[in-house]
Amino acid sequence: MTFNDYLFLFGGMGLVTYLPRALPLLYLAHKKMPQWLIDWLSLIPVAILSALLAPSLFTDAVTRSFAFGKLELLVAIPTLLFSLKTRSLGGTVLVGMLLYWLGGKF
Amino acid sequence: MFDFKGASERPFLLQFMTIPQDHKQTLRQGAAAAWPICLGYFPIGLALGVLAQKAGLPWWAMAMMSVLVFAGSAQFICVAMIAAGASTPAIILTTFVVNLRHVLMSSALAVYLQGVNRKFLALYAYGVTDESFAVNLTRFRDGEWNRWRALIVNHLANSVWIMATICGALVGQFVPQGALGIDYALTGMFICLLVFQLQGRLYVITGLLAAILSVVWYLLIPGDSYIVGASMSAATIGFLLKRHYRRSR
Repeated sequence: MTFNDYLFLFGGMGLVTYLPRALPLLYLAHKKMPQWLIDWLSLIPVAILSALLAPSLFTDAVTRSFAFGKLELLVAIPTLLFSLKTRSLGGTVLVGMLLYWLGGKF
Repeated sequence: MFDFKGASERPFLLQFMTIPQDHKQTLRQGAAAAWPICLGYFPIGLALGVLAQKAGLPWWAMAMMSVLVFAGSAQFICVAMIAAGASTPAIILTTFVVNLRHVLMSSALAVYLQGVNRKFLALYAYGVTDESFAVNLTRFRDGEWNRWRALIVNHLANSVWIMATICGALVGQFVPQGALGIDYALTGMFICLLVFQLQGRLYVITGLLAAILSVVWYLLIPGDSYIVGASMSAATIGFLLKRHYRRSR
């Protein structure tokens, strides 16, 4: 691929990545949002975080099948408890990494 | 664009060369919020760079992609598709579908960026990723955040991402895999941000619903629609539950 091929490909990808991020912000930030939309959107973060996390903890990405008891899940339990107890983002990240690293040794 | 008090009184160039105290504080607070993202991005960016190099992309193409696209999962898919010989329109279409979930994230962020000028929003939108969205939204909701710190988080994360992917393309094959559990950094961050979101029973129920729906959806339907599908369904059910509960009282 030449420089121009790459520029065309990545430019196109950049555009379809940028527009879904920009248009809702540009539109909604200057519009009075109805209360039902605000209420619905307030539930989106917890739902998205769950939907991003759960498949990585409960499924095998290679075979795309259910997998119970992966190291990721076993580490997630104490990590979750730690974050419930301390509510520290940095601490949770480090504890998760340490446990995952130790877990990988056995 | 910089609407800090007094900034406009200095000559144009000096505005960027001298950093007033409140700018410094904004930078520091932004960096304090961004470091878990940066820690997590580094190994992923390295891995992407290594894969890109193996797929035949030169380092400058990797840099161009990270600057123009800045969307981790779409970039991984793109590299895999280039390696498989996919056509340019097919790659662009796939990128579009994979990144549609950011419509939801930008909409949720708009609640906290009401009435902000469009230039700022246009710049801010560039850096909306799963990770920066989760970190910034949590802080906005707690009321301890402003848009400048949020913008710093976006751009610090972006800089680290660009550097990591270039490093990966240049020297990535010499870095050992899985050192120090760093592969778990983003998972750990998401777990904690999820905990921060659990503000009451309705949020716990919505989170559990999204977890179950996303796993089932992921197993049954190929592609990445499970993120948008499960989160919109769970939020809608949670919303209806709340309305029903309010009415029945």
